[in-house]
Parts: sequence; C-alpha cells; structure tokens
Amino acid sequence: MTFADTEIAPPEPPRYVMFWRRYKRNRAALLGLVLFVLVVLMALTAGLIDPGDPLRRAGEPLTPPFMNWDTPLGTDQLGRDVLSGVFYGARISLLIGVVATLVAIVIGVVIGALAGYFGGWVDDVLMRITEAFQTIPNFVLLLTLVAIMGSKIEWITLAIGIVSWTAPARMVRAEFMSLRHREFVDAARNLGVSNTSIIFREILPNALPPIVVYASVIMALSILMESALAFLSLGDPNYASWGNMIGQGRAVLRSAPYCAVIPGIAIILTVLSFSLLGEGLNDALNPRQKK
Amino acid sequence: MTLHMPPILTYALRRLIQAIPVVILIMIGTFLLLKLAPGDTVDALVGDMGGADAAFIARLRAEYGLDQPIWVQLWRYMVKLASFDFGWSFVYEQPVATVLMDRLGTTLMLMAASLSIAFTAGIVLGAIAARRAYSATDNLISILGLVFYATPSFFLSLMLMLVFSVKLGWLPVGGIKTIAAFYTGWDHVWDVVRHLIMPTTALSLIYLAFYLRLMRASVMEVADLDYVRTARAKGAREGRLMTHHIMRNALLPVVTLLGLQFSTVLGGSIVVETIFTLPGLGQLAYQSVVQRDMNTLMGIIFLCAIIVVVVNFLTDLLYARLDSRIELA
Repeated sequence: MTFADTEIAPPEPPRYVMFWRRYKRNRAALLGLVLFVLVVLMALTAGLIDPGDPLRRAGEPLTPPFMNWDTPLGTDQLGRDVLSGVFYGARISLLIGVVATLVAIVIGVVIGALAGYFGGWVDDVLMRITEAFQTIPNFVLLLTLVAIMGSKIEWITLAIGIVSWTAPARMVRAEFMSLRHREFVDAARNLGVSNTSIIFREILPNALPPIVVYASVIMALSILMESALAFLSLGDPNYASWGNMIGQGRAVLRSAPYCAVIPGIAIILTVLSFSLLGEGLNDALNPRQKK
Repeated sequence: MTLHMPPILTYALRRLIQAIPVVILIMIGTFLLLKLAPGDTVDALVGDMGGADAAFIARLRAEYGLDQPIWVQLWRYMVKLASFDFGWSFVYEQPVATVLMDRLGTTLMLMAASLSIAFTAGIVLGAIAARRAYSATDNLISILGLVFYATPSFFLSLMLMLVFSVKLGWLPVGGIKTIAAFYTGWDHVWDVVRHLIMPTTALSLIYLAFYLRLMRASVMEVADLDYVRTARAKGAREGRLMTHHIMRNALLPVVTLLGLQFSTVLGGSIVVETIFTLPGLGQLAYQSVVQRDMNTLMGIIFLCAIIVVVVNFLTDLLYARLDSRIELA
C-alpha cells in the first residue's frame, strides 16, 4: 500500500446501523415503531398486570372508565373488564396478523416465483388462478371459507391467509421476471445449479425487500379482516377480540359508548402503526425509490 | 372481419376473451366449495321435510344427479351457472337468481355512490396535497388519509350512528327507506338518499385514503416530467397546467386501482349493509353464511365475479381512452 491513508474510504458501518439511520429519518415511522412496541408489550403482558381472564366477570356491569381501579377502563354489560379485553385482544390480533401474513407470503412467493421464473404455460395457468382469486371479493370468500370450515381460530387464520396472497404473488412474479435473465442467474445456471436453488437462493433474496414492505400492509388488512369477522360474531368465541368487543358494545352504544370506542381506538392505532412501520421500512430498504 | 373493426373494439373483444378462463376457474371453484360444505341439496330438502326413508333419499339423489360421477356433476353445474340458474334457496323458498336480483339494485347504488365519492374526493385532495407537497396542508391531508385507512368500516359506521342518529337524530339508523311512509316522487328519492348517507360515508373513507395516496404520488411524478416543464416554460399558468397537462396522465394508475379494488369494495359492503340493515347483496351474503344457505352464497360469489369482470373491462376501456400510448390492437 503506497497510497496515502486519506484515500481509503472510511469503512461502511454495519448494515443494521445503515438500516436504522435510514429508518429514523422518517419521524412518522418512528411514531409507528413506538405504537407497534406498545401493542407488542400489551400482547406479551396480557394476564400478567391485569385481572386475568377477559371473558370472566370482573365487576359491576357497565362500570364507566376511571371509576374503579380494579377495572380502570370500565366493564361491559356482562361485567367483563374492558382493559383486560384490550390486552388480550392485542395478543389475538397480532397472532392472527402474523400467522395469516406468513401464510399469504408463503403462498404468494411460491406461486409468484414459479410463474415469473418459468414463464410460458406455467405462468398462464398460475396467473389465471391468481386473477380468479382477485375477482372474487376477498371478504365474501373469507365468509364462505369460515362458513365451511367453522369458526376455530386456526381455520380463521388460515382462511385470512388464503384470501390475501394474490398481491404478493404478483409482486414476486414481477421481480422474478425482471431478475431471471440477469447475469448472476445465467452464471448460476451455467454452473449447473438446480432450478430450486436458483429460485430460492439466488433470485428470492433479491426479490424480498418490496415483499417485506408489503407484509406490513397484509398484516394491517389481516387484523382488519379478523376484527370484521369477530364484529359479525363469526370469530372464535373462546378468545377476546377487539372486533367482538365492538360488536357487543353495539348493544349498549346509547348508554355506554366507551364499550365500543375503546377497542375501536385500539384497532385504529394498531393498523396505523403498521402503515407507518411499512413506510419506514420502505425508506430503509428501498432508499433509491422516489416517493 | 377484424380489419373493419375499430381498434378499440378489437381490444375490447380480446380483453373479454381473456376473462373467459378466469370465469371458468371461478365456476370450478364455487363447485368445489359447494362439495366441501357439509350437506348437499338433498340433505337440505330432507331436513325441510323433517326426515325421510333411505329409498326416497336415494331416489331424490338420482333425480338431482347427485349419484353421477363428479365430472358429470361439474359439467351440469357449469351449464346451469352459464344460464344464470343458481339453484333453489331453501331459506327464501325462491330461485336464488330471483333473490339475487331483488338485492342487486341496493348494492349497486351503494357502491356507485361510495366509489364516486371516494374517487372524486381522493383525486382532488391528492392533487392538492401534491401541489403543496411538504406544507402544512399536505401534512394534514396525509394524516387524514392514514387515519381513514386505519379505521375499520364497522367501527366508523357505529360512530356515525352514535353521532348522527343517536345524539343528533338527523339521520335514520338503518334500512333503505322509511317503512310505511309511502313517499312518492322526489320525497322518495330524498328519503333513500338520507338512508344512504351514513353507509356511503362508512364504505368510502378507506378507499378515499387509497386514491388520495396514489394520486399524490402520481401527480408528483408526472409534474416532474419534461413535457410539464416545457408547458410551464411556455407560460402556462399553474391552474391550467394541472387541468390540461398533469391530470390526465396522473389519473392512469388511480383508474387501474379503481378497477382492481372493485371486488374489495363489494366485500366491504357486507359489513356496512349488515350494520345499516340495507337489503343488498352484502347483507344477503352474511345471512346466507349464518343460515348455511350455500346455494345463495355461491350465487353471490358468481354474480360478484361477473360484476367485477364487467367493471374491469370498463376500466380497461377507460384506461385505453385516457392513455393514447396504449397499443390497442
């Protein structure tokens, strides 16, 4: 090394540091992160801090909020603790949101990757199937699946995943179509790497960033779908759910609106946190994209 | 023959032909869902009669073709669907097609109102936000958009009801018209409009948020293009620039989204129609799920699919008219 030290560029900070720097530039995204952490904390601590079972009678029915410290956010018409319901509801919403999103992403990645990588008749067939799923209103299909499979929480989660995979499939397909003729793919193919390896180990990592960003959208939509199902009392009756609390609150809307308003605010803030999180992720993962 | 057809017609025809395999797939899909559902037509019939002996049930099965191989059943089912014969509803004691047609008008009215409001307000607000990007106005509009997006329509419905029906008493709480009022002429129209205000608002806000976001991004992108700069350099005023130069191209992605989302809006009408007891397809879908009326449910799926195919076809045409760069032939 005969060059002066000054000519050497300073070492790039580790990737996660770069990621965080880009992420925190967006103040709204920071707010989203704070809200998200709050919801996660609620989901994790449900049952620890609060008076336990959200479906059990905890006090006098229809105690307004801030009147009794045993039930700080009041009780509903059956005397169930609203605060406890909000905590347990966070757990169910997050659980269903995460698992349904994973199901949707896995189906979407497999279908989109096969269609985009192979093209031709494989693409034709898979895309017609995708269009068929997009043509049927997804909430109608969701209701039908729940009517057929029943209201158990596992089936509801699966059904939400089944109606949500089309958008990621299209995104993955588009990425694969633009990547499949790149040099690094040709190089891998010439080295005798199998199609499976090329799809999952060469192309997929490059196609992931937009999918990760879109996952936050699917998550928000899954939570909205689950709460709508529960609101229509088609959810799993064995778990406290925000949608169900709002549905029950409808009966006492005139006299005790807080029964519906409190879980409603919880849903809005949670979905909001995912939207803001998604924007931050987009800034951090696709820094060159113009917004 | 193709030679004498205007290009737009050839284009339209090709798009329609592309939709055929999708419709066939949906037919097969609804057939599979029917087969997956517990119980068939004969079970429903026998249940209605309060039970029957095995020989009679077997004869009924044969009469309905349920003893045939599955391929024959599928073929017969598809032929019937293609002629809009959706079978018999054991809940409504009517052919499903009749039940659906009774409900279609209300839903189409609700959707037309919601989508036109969402679309108009979305593009206007989006354009304003884009032209004043990063200002206080833009921030306010963007925050509104985010909150609209995050608010579930059923919660919004309840809050509207709480304020405008329960507290203020301005608007009716549900239904499509005042029962036993027998309004005629404009009174009737005004009555229906009053009943639709809250459901329309509840259904449109989330889509308003979608269009607003997309329009803002789209206007900002188009406003950066060379031809806009040229027009400005030649002295076009900002207002004219917007209406004559930017709008048309900026609308393209929003129109695409409008077509793509039509099916989602149909799904959203389930919750809103159920809350406001509007006698439309959405409420019917919910009731069919609760009452396990599978024939009606499949009829709704198929009818919705046809509506979505038609709407997508219309948006394709609109898109082709808006964007002269599209190759029609």
